[in-house]
Amino acid sequence: MTTPNKPAPVTPVLTKRWLSPQSWSIKTYEQLEGYTALRKALKGTPEQLVQLVKDSGLRGRGGAGFPAGIKWSFMPQNEDKPHYLVINADEGEPGTCKDIPLMMADPHSLIEGCVIASYAMRSHHCFIYVRGEALHCIRRLNAAVREAHAAGYLGKDILGSGFDLEITVHAGAGAYICGEETALLDSLEGRRGQPRLKPPFPAAAGLYAAPTTVNNVETIASVPFIVNGGSDWFRTMGTAKSPGPKIYSISGHVEQPGQYEAPLGTTLRELLELAGGMKDGVPLKFWTPGGSSTPMFTAEHLDVPLDFEGAAEAGSMLGTTAVMVFNETVSVPWAVMKWTEFYEHESCGKCTPCREGTYWLAGILQRMVEGHGTPADIDTLLDICDNILGRSFCALGDGAVSPITSGIKYFRDEFLALCEKNRVGAHALAGAQS
Amino acid sequence: MSSTGQTYGGSSLGAGTTHQETVPDVDVTGISPVPAGHLVEESSADLSIFGEDIVTKAQEIVARYPQSRSALLPMLHLVQSVEGKVSQSGIQFCAAQLDLSAAEVSAVATFYTMYKRKTCGEHLVSVCTNTLCAVLGGDAIYKALGEHLGEGGKRLGHNETVGEPGAPGSITLEHAECLAACDLGPVLQVNYEFFDNQTPESAVALVDALRAGEKPQPTRGAPLRDFRTAELELAGFWPEDEVDYRSTVDGPSAAVETLRGAKLAEDRGWTAPAMTDVALPEVEKK
Repeated sequence: MTTPNKPAPVTPVLTKRWLSPQSWSIKTYEQLEGYTALRKALKGTPEQLVQLVKDSGLRGRGGAGFPAGIKWSFMPQNEDKPHYLVINADEGEPGTCKDIPLMMADPHSLIEGCVIASYAMRSHHCFIYVRGEALHCIRRLNAAVREAHAAGYLGKDILGSGFDLEITVHAGAGAYICGEETALLDSLEGRRGQPRLKPPFPAAAGLYAAPTTVNNVETIASVPFIVNGGSDWFRTMGTAKSPGPKIYSISGHVEQPGQYEAPLGTTLRELLELAGGMKDGVPLKFWTPGGSSTPMFTAEHLDVPLDFEGAAEAGSMLGTTAVMVFNETVSVPWAVMKWTEFYEHESCGKCTPCREGTYWLAGILQRMVEGHGTPADIDTLLDICDNILGRSFCALGDGAVSPITSGIKYFRDEFLALCEKNRVGAHALAGAQS
Repeated sequence: MSSTGQTYGGSSLGAGTTHQETVPDVDVTGISPVPAGHLVEESSADLSIFGEDIVTKAQEIVARYPQSRSALLPMLHLVQSVEGKVSQSGIQFCAAQLDLSAAEVSAVATFYTMYKRKTCGEHLVSVCTNTLCAVLGGDAIYKALGEHLGEGGKRLGHNETVGEPGAPGSITLEHAECLAACDLGPVLQVNYEFFDNQTPESAVALVDALRAGEKPQPTRGAPLRDFRTAELELAGFWPEDEVDYRSTVDGPSAAVETLRGAKLAEDRGWTAPAMTDVALPEVEKK
């Protein structure tokens, strides 16, 4: 077990500028060390920057946690074909709400990160694929691109370095699946957002079949800080295998929900302390460490270190550190049903196990919550889950089974209780009747 | 040997007369209970609604991308800003601009939730009913709005509109999946601008104001306009007047919840470890 070396319970790096007035303007950004990392980076070589990000141990903040420096190093060094950097800003995993506030409050940190990362990967066109519903972010990013252009941080011969880059902010149109990187690329090519078979991976054949790296917003926004502070500084926060600070988004039944940037490895017990404890003192029942696709935890898991290793060892995943907290008043089967309806709606339809499976899972759960279930339904649910997990192109299907299998694992009695028709008090939990 | 009497593999085993040959030919469209001519006829929609300015904008979108087809999603937002929906005309307009078939455009338009097939109201009200918002009151808000906006004792349903679609004060209601504002739940959006920490009462008051032609300020986002203006922005077109433009960009965003962690750290004197200026790592020259 890794021990977090925590300098302070909250370590504002990405979130620090958010407190400043007009934090989204280039004026504020430049006053607060903005674009200093870019100047430093452009004096180095692309290889040095890839090495720096490798050394820092920065892992992808979009959920999978793949080491960013390694991903960058997959990009070919030659430029036989154009290279592309694509930012995944299609935030939509239930519970996840970190990238949208980041892009609203500090869009220039993302833009600066994009320029540095593009330079490191020899890309001259970067796309930021933003979820369509995040209109205010799209507006702020567009304004930031305009300001950066005017100031010479984008366009031709950036800061006299000879390096050229254009950034295009691209609005999505409402499809959760486009958060999956290959579906995102298809969508960016003007197609239905459906995942591609891998390999080839995007670094070999991504956007327009050219070498492409897809990175999450928070990952790329971290890069300017790593350039300025160095890899050793970055590693003073978090754990050996999961270094750095991370924005934990705490929502639900807590007194003070919000964005708390803390070192990776922080536990829910510590986060609850920051967030003022459970709302009105009603005890914790279940929670997700990183969105609905990460198997749920219970009060038993208060001290699990929330880093990539800790969450995995305890049987879940770190995901996006979208910590959704539910108290005792909430029915687990109902919550699972709602999430399943989400996956059913968002399944892109490409793979049969996911398309058909989520349909049947939702139907069975709806019937159970209405009070018409049988104990055999629980076995049927698990059987369908077994036929989805690992049997589809992308992780949407895997995510869809997480709430169900973990919900039944920890709260089987509650599913069984639903099957006892007209049982007195069976509808006492919020949602169980709806 | 008849061409239908053989399988692809070349074997004639079991491959006698086909079913098709044993029954009289049926005039499917002739006996159709509903007029079905449109299914087989080449339809040519009227594209005159898309004026020269829209053609210019469409070309501007294409110019943003290395390959023209990438312009399709923003272009569908553009046609939606004209008609309040993606109509057959809109699909054919995009197809013509991008040299695609109408079927290719249609396949894309029907995949994404934000492209509406019925004309949207002046305002689109989207209520998050995903699990977390739902448990905090999102389901109750959606129900209250449906009942409040419904007419003749009928609840206003998902993607239904009250008022003449597009006319001032008309509202389309929808339930939405997670809107990525969970710390501010329950949330709803009007024309994709955020109204945070809602209750059934505040949401009802909000739609009443919209029905009355008012434009309440979103908790986070630009001053409220209408659905079609939002769609124009999603296509990448912003107010040309500088003052107007800045007022949209500078619309509020700093919710208490968003800043909570940073504020807590400031109050307690917590900071990230200090940085020292270090050089980039040395690497072997290749």
